[in-house]
Amino acid sequence: MRETPLSNCERRFLLRAVREGKRLDGRQCYDYRNVRISFGPDRGCCVVELGRTRVLGQVSCELVPPKPNRATEGILFFNLELSPMAAPGFEPGRQSELLVKLNRLIERCLRNSKCIDTESLCVVAGEKVWQIRVDLHLLNHDGNIIDAASIAAIVALCHFRRPDVSVQGEEVTVYSPEERDPVPLSIHHMPICVSFAFFQQGTYLLVDPSEREERVMDGLLVIAMNKHREICTIQSSGGIMLVMDQVLRCSKITAVKVAEITELIQKALENDQKVRKEGGKFGFAESIPNQKITAFKMESAAVDTNNVEEQAEEIITKADPPSEVFATPILHAPGTAQIGEGIENSWEDLEESEREEEVEEEGESEAATSECQRMETEDTSTISKDKDEPIVLSDSEEEEVVILEPQEVPNKTRTQTTSKQENTSKKTFNKRRRKKRAAR
Amino acid sequence: MEPGGAAMAAAGCCLRPFSCERGLLSRPDGSAAFVQGDTSVLAGLYGPAEVRGSKESPERATLEVLLRPKVGLPGVGERSREQLLRQTCEAVVLGALHPRTAITLVLQVLSDAGSLLSCCLNAACMGLLDAGLPLSALFCGVTCALDAQGAIVLDPTTRQEQEARAVLTFAIDSTEKKVLMATTRGSCSVEEMQQCLVAAQRAADTIFQFYRDSACRRYSKS
Repeated sequence: MRETPLSNCERRFLLRAVREGKRLDGRQCYDYRNVRISFGPDRGCCVVELGRTRVLGQVSCELVPPKPNRATEGILFFNLELSPMAAPGFEPGRQSELLVKLNRLIERCLRNSKCIDTESLCVVAGEKVWQIRVDLHLLNHDGNIIDAASIAAIVALCHFRRPDVSVQGEEVTVYSPEERDPVPLSIHHMPICVSFAFFQQGTYLLVDPSEREERVMDGLLVIAMNKHREICTIQSSGGIMLVMDQVLRCSKITAVKVAEITELIQKALENDQKVRKEGGKFGFAESIPNQKITAFKMESAAVDTNNVEEQAEEIITKADPPSEVFATPILHAPGTAQIGEGIENSWEDLEESEREEEVEEEGESEAATSECQRMETEDTSTISKDKDEPIVLSDSEEEEVVILEPQEVPNKTRTQTTSKQENTSKKTFNKRRRKKRAAR
Repeated sequence: MEPGGAAMAAAGCCLRPFSCERGLLSRPDGSAAFVQGDTSVLAGLYGPAEVRGSKESPERATLEVLLRPKVGLPGVGERSREQLLRQTCEAVVLGALHPRTAITLVLQVLSDAGSLLSCCLNAACMGLLDAGLPLSALFCGVTCALDAQGAIVLDPTTRQEQEARAVLTFAIDSTEKKVLMATTRGSCSVEEMQQCLVAAQRAADTIFQFYRDSACRRYSKS
């Protein structure tokens, strides 16, 4: 599906609103949308909502040999995916320009800022290290993907616990969560991206642009910062010239926003930790709001399965007896096996009995070729037994559709089809049958 | 029945707590999150909309189902589930009303703790319902596991699935309680399969009541 284009009047309207310092969702220029963080039932899983933009983050780990040039360092791997769920324009599995840009930015923000201690992920130098994989899925695109993704990534990393390992000589033991408590990753700081949209060559500035605003903006500035006011990454795109004051102002705004978001993240993590420790309920079911009319919950429901056996028995006795089963395969020669006798299977048996019935009814005992007749019965067998109805003979390959009253002129069509097929050998016929089967 | 058996039956024939939220995503035409115990799936649906040339059908809407795993890229398992889901949805969607269009259903696994396919089916149905597409019937998914003693466990967890001798998943329609799709893993006898089916049909009643209550609440005034 293609992305819906933005009309000229929408564009003009949005730009005029920006000039007047107004935004569609009622925010001020420097306002950030609400951030909501919810955690999944397993460790390292979170959903971050930034307004209506929604990102799912999941961290996983495995033991791998390290990169040869960095023998004592663990590996960090980031993968942001733009799911086709997020917007109709996103195609599955396509590396769009936007996706590459976002992935690169996430990597620079989180890997190159050295926020995760990769040396602590080393198990045996040069042989085994932990590879930490962060999967980020965009679920709903309402602008500012990068901020939501960076928050989701750092929250998931903070929430994640890796299995404990011990090394005794050459042997590496990985403990299950029951044996030893999993250990958290060592995180030095939390870099968070904040985006700024510029309009009219940098005259107007908006924090946290929405999807509509992103479409009409001239340039974008992304600053990644931690709460110690250290800039981790800065990237300007869109090819606009920014004056120094503008950049400094942006970095000041970033510092304020990052402090707020970091506090929120820590609070969310503490809450989750507390609930898990106290054995309360956690997971996505708990994050669904109760009072919304779009949400509905049901407690664990018992299903009465007391006389299931009797009812099942009843169904089986009522049903037709199952066809004979050839349980043991016959081996003709090594490497070959045959189940059942002959080439005919149980489907064939049914058809044969039907054919006999039909032959009796029509009072026709002989036909030119038995194959041909089988073909005919196959066609008619799908039609109800009621002979008053007209029979539709349709063969997809012959392209021959004849509607006729069987009682009156059955012989005519029969001769038609037989004459056509007399020459066809059994081999080709079987092939065609198989095709027909597949087509059904 | 002896007390031990009763306790076992009570433990096995229980559906985990269900919850669902509809219309939670702003971009898709229909969306729903379905949670069964700790298993949760998010469904987003676009359509009926423009179709790509090669997939266009002059008779009915083209239905496309995408299942996204949480970690990594979709593999063979996801592809096979996509097929099962697509066939189930095609059985109920009245696609002939929207020829030359495409309906894209995207399912994202949020967490997997057993009975994933049935949760996907339920999320898909809720998504279709939220998008307001014309359907001939609703459907629900029920997973049954047969443990070593042959007892039926409805809506099993991952652990129960692993310990089970056979795991059966059925898609059941709401009008006649007929089977729309069935898939099994492991081996079971014909009798056991029928027993599971009867149990699944009974569980389906509970699930359809849940759908009904959820729809009532959705269209209530308060």
